[in-house]
Amino acid sequence: MPIISNRINIVWLLLIAATLLSFESGFLGNGHIVRALILILAFVKVLFVGREFMELRDAPLPLLWGFQIWAILVCGALIILCW
Amino acid sequence: MTKTNESAPAKQAETRHIPGEEGVWVFIGGDLIIFAVFFITYAVARTQEPALFASSQAELNRGLGLANTLILLTSSWFVARAVAAARIGAPAARRNLCFAVALGVAFAVLKAVEYSEKIAAGFTLNSNNFFIYYYMFTGIHLLHVIVGLGVLLWTITRFDKGGKLRGNVSAVEGSGVFWHLVDLLWIILFALLYLV
Repeated sequence: MPIISNRINIVWLLLIAATLLSFESGFLGNGHIVRALILILAFVKVLFVGREFMELRDAPLPLLWGFQIWAILVCGALIILCW
Repeated sequence: MTKTNESAPAKQAETRHIPGEEGVWVFIGGDLIIFAVFFITYAVARTQEPALFASSQAELNRGLGLANTLILLTSSWFVARAVAAARIGAPAARRNLCFAVALGVAFAVLKAVEYSEKIAAGFTLNSNNFFIYYYMFTGIHLLHVIVGLGVLLWTITRFDKGGKLRGNVSAVEGSGVFWHLVDLLWIILFALLYLV
């Protein structure tokens, strides 16, 4: 239990830090790089929520990779369209 | 040596586990595809009216968006803790679910405050294309929040007053997975509608 909880706590702290970082990045302007950075940070958080909170890291590989490929494809499409 | 190599993948397959019921994942897969279409539709529309989308986005309350993101992330954290506690039969599971529900309600209240702010300022569903997407997508997401809250409340009733789970832990896992989906979709909506 302590090991599981510590891992969950660390992931939560990373998610909060990434949220604050992406929010602050908005104040750097609205250039291509900033927009791409905000989207990449959002999808890194999505991967963390999926792998750690939804426990997909221990799920059967097709489920894990289906989710990860979804995140990578949607992130890539949004970066291209919002560039 | 050969025997060890052959048994390794089988052992790995045995230890891998689908959290919750399999049917929940069919729903989640469908939802992820539908929201991917939503996100890409919005991004395409944004390329057609960049100035309108930028000026409309500037009218959103980023502070409330940030607060709601932090609230849902923390609510998800409580649910993840509840699942871990339920597996070992710890009474903290029920308490963590109650905290998660309280934060989910806070999200819905803040969303209502945000909608009323926008409507009072004259930004409604019919204002322009940006606000059509804003109200439609955040509204559909809010519906997910309400359903998720119902599922979490039902899960809380699976525990007795002493915090002992009656029945299988997969019910807690399944409702947790749905709540994390709600969190995950909001993370993308926040970035796309408020920040990018």
